[in-house]
Amino acid sequence: MPFNMLVAFCLLYVIMLFAVAYFAERRAQRGRLKFLHSPIIYTLSLSIYCTAWTFYGAVGYAARSGLEFVTIYLGPTLVFIGWWWILRKLVRIGRAQRVTSIADLISSRYGKSNSLGVIVTLMSVASATPYIALQLQSVTLSFGVFAADTPEFWVMSGQGEAALWIAGGLAVFTILFGTRNLDANERHHGVVMAIALEAVVKLVALVAVGVFVVWGLAGGVADVLDKVAASPIADWNLKPGRFAGLIFVSAAAILTLPRMFQVLVVENVSERHLATASWAFPAYLMMMSLFVLPIAVVGLERMPPGTNPDLFVLTLPLSEGQGKLALLAFLGGFSSATSMVIVAAIALATMVSNHIVTPLWLALRRQSVRESGDVRGLVLTSRRVSIAGVLAMGYTYYHLSGGSEALAAIGLIAFVGAAQVLPALLGGIFWRGATHVGARAGLLIGFAIWLYTLFLPSVGTSGWISASVMAEGLFGIDWLRPHALFGFTGLDPLLHALMWSLLLNTLAFLIFSMSSFPPPMERLQGLAFVNVFDQAPNARGWTRGQADAEDLLSMSQRILGVSEAQKFFQSEAAAQGKTGFLPDTTPEFITTLERELAGSVGAATAHAMIAQLSGGSSVSVQDLIAVAGEAAEIKEYSAQLEAKSEELARTARALREANDKLTELSVQKDAFLGQISHELRTPMTSIRAFSEILMEPDLPEEMRQKYGEIIHEEARRLTRLLDDLLDLSVLENRRVQLNIGAANLHDLLSKAVQAAGSTRPERKFRIERDPSVEHMAVFTDTDRLLQVFINLVSNARKYCDAELPKLRIEVRKRGPRVQIDFIDNGSGIPKKAQALIFEKFARLTDTSRAGGAGLGLAICREIMANLGGTIDYLPGQGGAAFRVTLPLRYSEAEARAVMEG
Amino acid sequence: MPKSSQPVFLARRSYRRRRKMDAARLLPIGGAVIFMLPVAWEPASTPVPDTARGLVYIFASWVMLILAALILARGLAPTYDEEETAEGSGVLRRRDAGGGAAPRATEPPPEE
Repeated sequence: MPFNMLVAFCLLYVIMLFAVAYFAERRAQRGRLKFLHSPIIYTLSLSIYCTAWTFYGAVGYAARSGLEFVTIYLGPTLVFIGWWWILRKLVRIGRAQRVTSIADLISSRYGKSNSLGVIVTLMSVASATPYIALQLQSVTLSFGVFAADTPEFWVMSGQGEAALWIAGGLAVFTILFGTRNLDANERHHGVVMAIALEAVVKLVALVAVGVFVVWGLAGGVADVLDKVAASPIADWNLKPGRFAGLIFVSAAAILTLPRMFQVLVVENVSERHLATASWAFPAYLMMMSLFVLPIAVVGLERMPPGTNPDLFVLTLPLSEGQGKLALLAFLGGFSSATSMVIVAAIALATMVSNHIVTPLWLALRRQSVRESGDVRGLVLTSRRVSIAGVLAMGYTYYHLSGGSEALAAIGLIAFVGAAQVLPALLGGIFWRGATHVGARAGLLIGFAIWLYTLFLPSVGTSGWISASVMAEGLFGIDWLRPHALFGFTGLDPLLHALMWSLLLNTLAFLIFSMSSFPPPMERLQGLAFVNVFDQAPNARGWTRGQADAEDLLSMSQRILGVSEAQKFFQSEAAAQGKTGFLPDTTPEFITTLERELAGSVGAATAHAMIAQLSGGSSVSVQDLIAVAGEAAEIKEYSAQLEAKSEELARTARALREANDKLTELSVQKDAFLGQISHELRTPMTSIRAFSEILMEPDLPEEMRQKYGEIIHEEARRLTRLLDDLLDLSVLENRRVQLNIGAANLHDLLSKAVQAAGSTRPERKFRIERDPSVEHMAVFTDTDRLLQVFINLVSNARKYCDAELPKLRIEVRKRGPRVQIDFIDNGSGIPKKAQALIFEKFARLTDTSRAGGAGLGLAICREIMANLGGTIDYLPGQGGAAFRVTLPLRYSEAEARAVMEG
Repeated sequence: MPKSSQPVFLARRSYRRRRKMDAARLLPIGGAVIFMLPVAWEPASTPVPDTARGLVYIFASWVMLILAALILARGLAPTYDEEETAEGSGVLRRRDAGGGAAPRATEPPPEE
């Protein structure tokens, strides 16, 4: 393929990328975002992980070290299939806090401290610059492959010039599509679309080359496996430390590389996309690495010795005369390099402009932000200049290092550098105890060790670190040798640097975190980050300050743009129920505004600007207490609600019970009236009937006598009934006059037994008593008590249905009270009647109604209540059993307590 | 929020979802173990060259992990911001909302 045609194709491809980006932006402007916001585009945009270092370098890596190349893709695979742990939280935090870059995340978490943002920015720039240089080199090299036919031209135009063109073109593209809007949280649709397209191109290209190699050059899968077994890399020289270390460092890098953070968190539109990416991105990586080893093996077999294995993807099809395939492969490599450079430039430029340029400018102007000019323009310009600057640095690095072989190793070196952010990052989102002191210490130590043991030595002994330092250590101190710190000589340099830098980094981070005390702002942010999934109280950082809404609006206009800012202020005012553009400067509003601004200029700068307007320090310990108080209030409020509802339930239950009782009482009253009428009518009827007979003129004397007796008897019964009723009414109303006196319980019982003897005297009835325990003095209304005893004994005599009726009277002293049980051996009282027997007119059987009116037990109960005692039915005693309990010494207070209780 | 607001026993669907979360958390650990297994088999010291076998092993386990992640993501994504229901109650408790809407002034709701 002629070189000119390649250049033409390349230009065409670039024009197509510009067109795609342009149309994507147009589409987004018209609000047709459905396709642009799909999880597929998100996943494809993540593919910038696969740079030219993957596209070309993986084959070279495989040709040198066999299967080890795969570790670089296994680490990210583990991170993605484990998205539920870290990525989900990162994305949630990123969206909640409107994070603009990894430096912003770290700075925001650790109390919006800009110094941390600066450290992370510098580290990122330091580790990304050589990486960008590597991309430029790879594109230049791939051009060189095609230019091999026309060396004169190539030498004449020079490799450097090609790299310069590429760097310039990329800068133009990135500035055009990467700085359209200031809000870093807003997606760069054009860029993302172009990257997605490039992702497809590089996958298709690598798979096409792979398919050609496996089924075109080799004879299928089995043949390729045979070739692998016969190749120089047949023996898998697995070094466990390196294998695990590389998986770890690549897993760390996918979280901490600024460009990965940009596409993963900042450009994320929906957390749902992570769910898709969790399997789709590992699948992409797997497809990218599937043919790497076959290409390497076949390349080693077919290409002349000495050919650079890094370019097998290109040279193999070219040497087999597959010009079109080679062109596709070239475009794939070109895509890999450019997409990485574009995103890295955007990410780094955001960091540089937000953490270095804007704060510097604000500090230099010294005057208030009130009259500071167009911040928006400043930030956009600084971002554009930073993009150009980053690319210029990449180009310069490439130019200075002269496209040396050393560049090839830079990929892993950059990974280790980026991984230094890992402890501060993970500590920040999972540990509330992490502080900025710890983060700063860890970052600086890790960065220093990385520089000393890995980065500087990699630049070459001629440059930064002299051979003598390499061999003898800094200042001739042996244990400071860059590749053998503390005398650890046996380790592979990369593993050595990784181990020491991350180990000491983490150690410093932990120790300094644990021994320092974070200021209030940092503690608020720690809470908001670590508990991002909890319904934490709105961590608001501002007390009602002196900030003037108009000042805030004019400042916001300069950052967000006039119409954007006005729209925001208007909607906030509307949310407060106000019309116009100026909402009240409530803490909530200021917090929201700060977050909005943070999306454009980063948390630290936004915070500083608002702090200037609202007058000095923002968060005090009092505010922390207030936030905690709010949480506690919510907790207490809900606890109160709970208690109240419990109380309500209790009251309702009590009311229901009272209602039931009232209904029952009303029914009882009706029944009582009915019973009374009935009880009164029966004797009245017979009195009336017999008195009518008596009125007959010629009635024999004995009849008159007999009927007179009947009338007398009935009248007595009537009187007794009325007496009982009166008695009951007096007792129930607690108006009874008690005659308190002392008596021996034994005597009382004996009297009762004797008095009750008249009831059914024809029956032989045995009474069992234990006189020895009965002797005790009771101090109460003895007549009333006797009445109860008589009633109980005569009831037993009346109702006990046993063959040989028997009553057992048991007396027991229980502290200040005495218990008297009356237990007979009859069939007892059925369970469902037990509750009724103490009610008025309750009689169990109609047959035995000979005696009273059914008021006996009701009266007993009332008497006992008046005496401060109780009478209960005692179930399960083998017969009817009643237990009378009363205090040995009557006291009015106690009696009242019993009655009321 | 007081702890008592969380359901103690979850309804069947929410219960299954919790277990899927558990599986999603365990998957990377399992993956790490699978990828580190070759260390135990010490390919460097075996007499037969192992790169071909290793190639097949790594890619086969890779595909399996991707499939497992696919199944879990399918299971978790539709319920990503759904409510969690307590066993036997009709009361829905909103959890894990956020997702779509820009979480500006409102703090995202709780997890577990």
